[in-house]
Amino acid sequence: MNLKSISKIFLIVSIPVVFLSLLSSHAISADETTDYPVPPPPFSEGIFPCSGCHAGMEVNTNIRELSFHEDIKLKHFDGWCFNCHNPDNRDVLRLASGKIITFKESEYLCGQCHGEKFRNWKVGVHGKRTGLWNGRKEYRLCVHCHSPHQPRFKPLKPLPPPVRPEDSKYKTIEQIPLNPLNSIKE
Amino acid sequence: MSDLFQPAKNLFTAMKFVAKGGKWYYGWLALLSLFIFIGAISYIKQLDKGMILTAMRDQVSWGFYISNFTFLVGVAAAAVLLVVPAYLYNFKPIKEIVLLGEILAITAIIMCLMFVISDLGRPERGWHILPLIGAMHFPASLLAWDVLVLNGYLAINCIAVFYVLYRLSLGKEYKMSVLWPIIILSIPWAISIHTVTAFLYNGLSARPFWNASILAPRFIASALCSGPALMLLIFQIVRRVSKMEISNTAIFKIAELIAYTMGLNLFLFAAEFFKEFYSGSVHLAPMQYLYFGLHGHSNLVIWMWLAFIFNLTAFFIFLRPKTRENFFTLNLACVLIITGVYIEKGMGLIVPGFIPDVLGEIYEYGPSLIEKGVALGIWAAGALFFTLFLKFALPVYTGELRFKSSGFERKE
Amino acid sequence: MLKKTGKHPLYKSVDRRSFLKGTAFGLASLAIPFGTSDASVWDAFFQKHFREMDDDEIKSVIKRMEKEYADEYKTDFKIKTTGPLPGVKFGYGLDLSLCIGCRRCVYACVKENNQSRDPQIHWITVLQFKNGERWVNVFEEADRYYNPQEVPEEGHFYMPVQCQQCENPPCVKVCPTQATWKERDGIVVIDYNWCIGCRYCMAACPYGARHFNWGKPHIDKSEINPDVHYFGNRPRYKGVVEKCTFCIQRTRENPGRYPACVEICPVGARKFGNLLDPESEIRYCIENKRVFRLKEDLNTSPKFYYFFSI
Repeated sequence: MNLKSISKIFLIVSIPVVFLSLLSSHAISADETTDYPVPPPPFSEGIFPCSGCHAGMEVNTNIRELSFHEDIKLKHFDGWCFNCHNPDNRDVLRLASGKIITFKESEYLCGQCHGEKFRNWKVGVHGKRTGLWNGRKEYRLCVHCHSPHQPRFKPLKPLPPPVRPEDSKYKTIEQIPLNPLNSIKE
Repeated sequence: MSDLFQPAKNLFTAMKFVAKGGKWYYGWLALLSLFIFIGAISYIKQLDKGMILTAMRDQVSWGFYISNFTFLVGVAAAAVLLVVPAYLYNFKPIKEIVLLGEILAITAIIMCLMFVISDLGRPERGWHILPLIGAMHFPASLLAWDVLVLNGYLAINCIAVFYVLYRLSLGKEYKMSVLWPIIILSIPWAISIHTVTAFLYNGLSARPFWNASILAPRFIASALCSGPALMLLIFQIVRRVSKMEISNTAIFKIAELIAYTMGLNLFLFAAEFFKEFYSGSVHLAPMQYLYFGLHGHSNLVIWMWLAFIFNLTAFFIFLRPKTRENFFTLNLACVLIITGVYIEKGMGLIVPGFIPDVLGEIYEYGPSLIEKGVALGIWAAGALFFTLFLKFALPVYTGELRFKSSGFERKE
Repeated sequence: MLKKTGKHPLYKSVDRRSFLKGTAFGLASLAIPFGTSDASVWDAFFQKHFREMDDDEIKSVIKRMEKEYADEYKTDFKIKTTGPLPGVKFGYGLDLSLCIGCRRCVYACVKENNQSRDPQIHWITVLQFKNGERWVNVFEEADRYYNPQEVPEEGHFYMPVQCQQCENPPCVKVCPTQATWKERDGIVVIDYNWCIGCRYCMAACPYGARHFNWGKPHIDKSEINPDVHYFGNRPRYKGVVEKCTFCIQRTRENPGRYPACVEICPVGARKFGNLLDPESEIRYCIENKRVFRLKEDLNTSPKFYYFFSI
C-alpha cells in the first residue's frame, strides 16, 4: 500500500471520526476552549473562585506558615505561592513570563520546569489519556494526578492477587465472586 | 462352496476361543474390567465438570495424560527393533514373535489416542483436526503431523497383522512378497512416529527444556529400551500360557540389543546433563528442578534419581551375558528399565517443560485422583485389548484355530 | 483432590448423590448431540470454521449464539463480527517507569472481556521484581501474588504481561485445527467454537498469555458485558483457550475506544495506537523512547513495546 492510498484511507476514516466523536456518548465534559480537552481542574470543595475571599484582602508577600490554608503543605521544590499563583488576581495563574493563564490550562505552568514531561504529555505519552484511539482524546491536567503542592503520585491499595493454581479447585458455586474493581471508587 | 454366513460363523468360532480360559484368565479380565469401569467413571466426571478436576492449570497445562502418551508412543515405535533383525537379517527365532510386537504396537497406538482424547478440552470437536472434514493445520502444526503418522502407523500394523492372521487362519502360509513392502515401510515409519512426537515438544522455543536438539535422539534411544523390555516380559507370559514357542535365543538376543540401546540412552543423557550443567545458562532451571530442586521445589528429584539408578542398573544387567541370561535378573532389569523410562520419558519429560513456567512461576504438578483414574482405565483398556487380541491371534498362529473359507476368494 | 473440597465453606463435599448426578450429567453430555430434540445443539456441533462460513452462515450462527447467551445470562447480547480496519496495525506501549502494580488493569480487563470469575481467569499478569534482581529474561524471581497494603512497594518495580500480539506468533503456528490466527490488523484471535482444547498453543506461548477454561466459566449476571465481539469478549465455553485481543470489540470500531486496560490505568502507563499512523502515540514511543520487547531472542516479534519514560 503506498502513502497516497493510506492518506486517502485516513481521510475517509477521519471524516466520520470527527462527525461521530461530536455525537459520541463517550464525549467527556471537557472544556473546548482550551488547547487540550481536559476535565475541570480538581478544586477542593468550595474553594474556587479564590476571589470570593481574596478580593478584598491585602496581598502579603512574606513567606510564612499559612493560617487559613493549613491543609496545604508545600513539598514541591523550594518555591512559594507566588511562583504559580497570581497575587493580583487569585482566580488565575501566572507564568514566569508574566503571562496570565486560567486553571484550566495549568499544564503550561507545570511545563515551565517539566519540559520533557510536557512534551510527552502533549503527544499523549506521559499521563493518562482516554477516549478514542483513532478519534477524540481526553487529556488529564497534570494536577489531576499530581497535587501541585505535593506532586508525588499517591500510593494505591492494589487489587487482590490472582488465585494460586493449587487453590483453584472445582466447587459447587453458591455465589459467583464479584469483580473487586466494583468496590473501588476513583 | 460359497457360504454367505461363513464370516459370521468364523467370528463365532473366534469368540468361542477368546471366551475360553482358566480362572486366572477370568480373574484377569474381571480386574481389568473393574479398572476400566473406574476409568470410565473418572472420565465421565471430567467431561461433566471440566478439566478442573485434573491438577493441570495454566502454569502446567499438560500433565499425566500427555506423559503417558509420550511413553506409549515409544512402546509403539519399539516394535521396529523386533522387525529389523527378524526380517532384514532373517534371524529366525525373533521372526516368529514379530507378530506379538506388532499387536503391541497397535495396542500402544490405541492407548496413545485414548490418552490424547482424554487430554482434550472439547473431545467432541476432535474431528476439526482431520483433513477434508476439519481444518487440519498441515504442515505447520506438529500435532497435525502426529495425527497423520500415528494413524498411519496404526494402519500399517493393522494391515500387517490382519494379513498374517487372515492367511494363517485359513491354513495358508503368508506371502513375503505381500508382507515385505509393508515391513519396509513400517521401519522408517516407526522411527518417524517417535521423531514427530519428539519434534512436537522440540519445536517450542518457549520451553528451553524441550528446545534441545538431543530430544529426538533421546526419545528414540529410550523407546528402544522400554519397548523391547516390555516385550520380553510379555513373551515369557505368552509362552507360559499358550502353545506358542518362543526360544530363549530370541529372548537373550533382544536383551543384548537392549544393552546397546540403553548404553546409547545413557550416553545421550550424559551429553545433555553435561551441556546444561557445565554451561549453566538460565535454561538450566528445568534440569536443576528435575535433579536438585529449584527454589525449594523438589517433588520430582527422588523420582528422577530413581529412574537414573534403575536405568544404570538395568544397563549393567543386560550388558553381562551371565545376568541377562538368568531369568530372575533379566526380568528384574526389564522392570527397572520400564519403570525408569516411564519416569524419565513421562512426567520427567513433560512437567519440567512447564517448570518454571514462561513467567517464572513454579507450580508443582502431581496428577489428581481423576487423572490417575482415567490413566488406570486406559492402561486397563489397553491390557484388555491386548489380552483378547492375543487370545485370538495365538491359536491362529499355533494352528489351533482355523477358519473355513467362505469360498469367495480366488482358488490357489 | 475431591476430598479436600470439603474444607472450604464455598465448597460442598462431593457426596454420593451428587457423584451419581454428576455421572448422569456426564453421560448426558456424552450423549449430546444424540437424543436431543434441540436443533441448535446440532447446529453448534456442525458449525464450520469461521473463515469457511459465508455471510448468511455467519448471520445464522450469530443469531443462534445471541439466543444462547440471552437465555443463559438473561440479557440481550449484540455479537459483532467487525473485520479489521484498513491501514491499521495495532501496537501497544507500556511505560515501566510509571507502572505501580495496582492491578486495576487486570480487573478492568476481566470486567470488559467477560473472563470467568470462577475458575478465575486473568488475561493480564502483573509481575513484581525487586530492584537489582534478574528480570528481563529470567522471571523466576518474579512474584505475581504480591499483596501489600499499598503499591508501589519500596525497592520494587512492576511489569504487566499479557498477549504480546506477536507478528510471528508461535501459538498460531502450532494450532492443529487452525482455530487461532493473526488478523490483518495484527490481532491474534481464536474461534472459541473451533478450538478443541488441546492446549498446544499454551505450551508454545512464551508469554503465558493463553488461558484455558478448566471448568465451566462463571460470571454473575449482574456483571456481564453484553457488547461483544465474536473473536473477543463473548462468553467462553468450558474446555477452550482464550486470550487478550486488544479489546477487539472496542478497538475495531471507527472511531474506536482505547482498550479497557489503557482506559483504567491510573498512572497512564499504557499506550495504544496504530503502528501505521506516524502521528499515533505508539509511534511516538517507538521513535522517541528506548523500547524493548519481551524475549526478543525467540523472534516472535511482539507488537507490545515496553519502555521507560524516566
